[in-house]
Amino acid sequence: MSNYLVLTKSPAFTSIATAILVLLMFVVGGLFLPGFFAVQVVFNLLIDNAYLLVLSIGMTFVILSGGIDLSIGSVLALTTLLCGFLLQTWHWSAWIVIPLVLTFGFMFGIIMGAVIEYFKLQPFIVTLAGMFLARGLCYVISINSITIENDFFTRMSQTQIALFGGFISPSVLVALALLALAIFLAHYTAFGRAIYAIGGNEQSALMMGLPVARTKVLVYGFSGCCAALAGVLFSFYMLSGYALHAEGSELDAIAAVVIGGTLLTGGVGYVAGTMSGVMMLGLIQTMIAFDGTLSSWWIKIVIGALLLVFCLVQRMLSTKNHSLN
Amino acid sequence: MSLPIRQNQFQPVLELSGISKHFSGVHALNNVSLRLYPGEVHTLMGQNGAGKSTLIKVLTGLHIPDQGRITLNGKLIEPTSTQHAQQLGISTVYQEVNLCPNLSVAENIFIGRYPRRFGAISWTTMRNKSIELLHKLKVDIDVTRPLASFSLAMQQMVAIARALNISCKLLILDEPTSSLDEAEVQLLFGVLRELRAQGIAILFVTHFLDQTYAISDRITVMRNGELEGEYLCAELPRLTLVNKMIGQVDELGSASKSADFATSSTDHTFKFPSDTVSRPAFLSAVGLGKKTVLPPLDLTIYQGELLGFSGLLGSGRTETARLLFGADQADSGHMIIDGKRAYFRSPLDAISRGIGFCSEDRKKEGAILALSVRENMHLALQAQRGWRRQIPISLQKEQTWRMVRLLGIKVADIDMPIANLSGGNQQKVLLARWLLTNPNMLILDEPTRGIDVHAKQEIMDHIRQLSDAGMTILLISSELSDVIDYSDRIIVFRDRTIVGEFAGGELNQETVQQVISGHVGVMPIYSSNSENEVSHV
Amino acid sequence: MFEKIPLLKPLAALVFLILLDTIIIPGFIRMEVKDGQLYGSVIDILNRAAPLIITSLGLTLVIATRGIDISVGAVAAISGTVAVLLFSETISDNVSALHFTAKSPLFWAIFFAIGCAILCGIWNGLLVIALGLQPIIATMILMVGGRGLAQLLTDGQIQSVAYQPFFFLGSGYFLGLPFSLYIVAVVFVALTLLIRKTALGLFIQTIGINPVAARLVGIRAALLIVFAYVLCSLCAGLAGVLICSNIKSADANNIGLLLELDAILAVTLGGTSLDGGKFSLVGSVIGALIIQTLTYTIYSLGAAPELNMIIKAIVVVVVCVSQSSELKPIWCEVRSLFNAAPVKKSASTRL
Repeated sequence: MSNYLVLTKSPAFTSIATAILVLLMFVVGGLFLPGFFAVQVVFNLLIDNAYLLVLSIGMTFVILSGGIDLSIGSVLALTTLLCGFLLQTWHWSAWIVIPLVLTFGFMFGIIMGAVIEYFKLQPFIVTLAGMFLARGLCYVISINSITIENDFFTRMSQTQIALFGGFISPSVLVALALLALAIFLAHYTAFGRAIYAIGGNEQSALMMGLPVARTKVLVYGFSGCCAALAGVLFSFYMLSGYALHAEGSELDAIAAVVIGGTLLTGGVGYVAGTMSGVMMLGLIQTMIAFDGTLSSWWIKIVIGALLLVFCLVQRMLSTKNHSLN
Repeated sequence: MSLPIRQNQFQPVLELSGISKHFSGVHALNNVSLRLYPGEVHTLMGQNGAGKSTLIKVLTGLHIPDQGRITLNGKLIEPTSTQHAQQLGISTVYQEVNLCPNLSVAENIFIGRYPRRFGAISWTTMRNKSIELLHKLKVDIDVTRPLASFSLAMQQMVAIARALNISCKLLILDEPTSSLDEAEVQLLFGVLRELRAQGIAILFVTHFLDQTYAISDRITVMRNGELEGEYLCAELPRLTLVNKMIGQVDELGSASKSADFATSSTDHTFKFPSDTVSRPAFLSAVGLGKKTVLPPLDLTIYQGELLGFSGLLGSGRTETARLLFGADQADSGHMIIDGKRAYFRSPLDAISRGIGFCSEDRKKEGAILALSVRENMHLALQAQRGWRRQIPISLQKEQTWRMVRLLGIKVADIDMPIANLSGGNQQKVLLARWLLTNPNMLILDEPTRGIDVHAKQEIMDHIRQLSDAGMTILLISSELSDVIDYSDRIIVFRDRTIVGEFAGGELNQETVQQVISGHVGVMPIYSSNSENEVSHV
Repeated sequence: MFEKIPLLKPLAALVFLILLDTIIIPGFIRMEVKDGQLYGSVIDILNRAAPLIITSLGLTLVIATRGIDISVGAVAAISGTVAVLLFSETISDNVSALHFTAKSPLFWAIFFAIGCAILCGIWNGLLVIALGLQPIIATMILMVGGRGLAQLLTDGQIQSVAYQPFFFLGSGYFLGLPFSLYIVAVVFVALTLLIRKTALGLFIQTIGINPVAARLVGIRAALLIVFAYVLCSLCAGLAGVLICSNIKSADANNIGLLLELDAILAVTLGGTSLDGGKFSLVGSVIGALIIQTLTYTIYSLGAAPELNMIIKAIVVVVVCVSQSSELKPIWCEVRSLFNAAPVKKSASTRL
């Protein structure tokens, strides 16, 4: 019994639970849905959700630091439009455009972070404004969608990398590479550990001499950069820039992060857990699509229900931890 | 005053000379000197406003002194921030620990100074080094577990280990034992003795008398921003210590109080315990306690009496009052009121039985600064009636003005925010708030703190009048003279236990101090913890 | 002066906007009477602003308790959808629970729709109080799941209504003015009475300003906070019904989309702080009117409607920064820079 208690005390508990749940769901899906148990199903999951993984990784860091970023979906859309515009109207090379939009995303995040930190405003309202601003800028660039015909982008969109009898897209590799980098950042660099410390107790972090203000601003910069990268991947996927792209994806990202075991209050969670969260969301979508009998609106309801369950579990575990003291 | 000379020839590790610090004209520190020797536990003691926390802040670089110097191992230093002070070798462990509970023990020790391998953080090195560090403190725990999974005492050990890791010449512990139980205190003291043996200088700040005598080598007493004295622990009798902390005679002097007394004392007869025993009890607490806050105690408050709580700061008076009101929920014990058992789980339980409570922190727990005087005054009464039945505004205005006249509140417009009023007048409004509810019992925690002399007198007179009219009152005050002069019965606290109960008029300032310090020679009517009384001749 | 009467700032902003519109938009303040009904730009703005005003009023109470409710859009969608479904002649096949076929009486349909909204409010309140979830998270759950529910009910299709009496709510006229204005007036008066004639206003402010002191004084915060969420969702539900009545259909994808954002902005513009405490219902009305006037101005100028979003974003940040406590030291420094120069102005500088 005490071992069980120790297990629930571990911050990895929810993350591990989610990972197990994902495996379970996959098995259940395979049992009940014909054609589900295939390697390509998993790979398709990755291909379709590569952008969400990138988005959620950025969100994970922000939530770990105790904040929230509601602008990432809009920044994603804005990035797709910037790509479309720069590639199609000004005919810039992809090698210039991609680094440029990544820098733009980074600066967008930095500005929001600076306003939050130096004026001591609540993150959700500033990033909400950022969300408005970015979507608005989308429409300023173009009301209609811009089709991307750039060579590099098209190649990225159509390339299939053979693996284990199936195939994945380059975006998946990019997303997984980012995941590896993020894990390294979170666990092996001072920046990552500072984020955890600030999320745990900002006052203590300050007293211990950690660069709190700088870290908090940088975290939003990182999130903005991830949103921009997700936008690039999404452009590969859709080969278009459109203001309505990825609407509501910030909520998906938050859901993925929470389901992946990161506490919304900050300081506790794993980037790898976010991977499980994204897989879970993707699986739900895939299973409902495979099933064909449930309408797709159920996805939102299920996500809402999952969010609730995981929030409750987090709440129960945190009060348990406190009472054990 | 001459400072005692040590037998051996060690030089002080840290020396503060002539430190003064002013804040908008008020001196928080006035020409304070302090010497800290290696291998010594030096305890800093003082009551409210003594200047202890300001001194600590000067040492750790949070305040720059206006005058004076700080020398570390003979060299002049000027710490400008906590990090700078740490680099110089001065580390502080606070009561709230100030670490990150979500991170592991090992990480907490190494935050900001991670051991690295090829540029990346090396967790194995961190783990091994922290185990080593904790072993030096004779502590053996799983350093990979999150800090929050350990008790507060253990968390403090981790904080100390962290401080030592940053290479420590002086370790400051700011009230580390306030939330620890007896066993944990012993654990901490074991570590301190270990560190002392290793030659580290330790500055220990505490309220607890017994702990001071258990661990200290040297004691410095401060009062009102000034140095009262530096003594070797073995040469300082408890009574002298209490004396130095509280002072012989308070500013006004009892004499001037008695002058005012003469007019009113004829109307007031002290109700002696023999009287109160025959009076019915209003409220009894049986085994009331809360883990790490207050050990279980028994207490009876009699109908119509003015009961005073006396004792040093941190001795448990406010904690007891809060449990009695339900502001904090008790872990153990219960109350008996109207002959029936009751458990006060929230203030609502107490208020519904006619008990009112004026908190000691007026700003944070009493006055709603943005609301008007009228609104502040009617909050408790309105809360009793519920939100649906609003007290008619005209009645509110009438009652407010009545209270203004009754208590002498200086206010021009009762619909202006209470923040515009002076401290004394704000306190009167808060008093009026509870009076409007027509309580059976009123708990007043430091009702005259931070208030000018004249207003103080007015408030105490009103309290006296209320008592005369038959209200049961529990008065907590650091103004010893107030407690002595006004109470029918006085209960004395020391180190969170009751050490004595006396009739009003039986005690004077001297004898109260003797009781607090445990000096034999004063015979209380009833002493609950006779084992705790240590005799010092 | 602006500090003495906090309502002056938003009022000045609104007046400025109206003046601007009067100058740059021809015929802005012209109103004409046709068939005994008043028409004009101003009337149009008021009519369109009605759902936002009502939602903002309810949201003000929640924000005053130091909470937030970002599910108001989803609640509006649910309520509107339920109402419309009870009127429409065809029901989506996916909904087996509802057995209403033909048109239900107006009163009962609306009653049921508002009832659903109240349930949503109780849900939010319970999550925040009983389970102790942060308000933004608790209401986010309904925001995500609730809209899905509304979409489920209509299967994502836009359900049209052909029920005349229903249209009256959103598009009808009464005594020359749009009926929706009367609904707004009723809600405003009802809430103001609730706030002023009971101790609800006092208690909510106390809870928001100092929850610790509120507890020590005996205020039953838990019940009141749940009540605030219920009132907020009730208003959102009413707004949803109004929206559907106005567009004569239920579009679960779009009803109340971004309503929460506009409502938060309206409340903030009106002077209520996101940190809770003192609040102003009148301020929120003014804030909502500012937003609607802004939208109208941009639309009339022929500028891209997207500009609307950008301007809203900038306004939010400017308003929040101006409310921020960090601004004062910076502001004082800026002022001292100006004051350092030889001053011929009078010494009556604001403190």
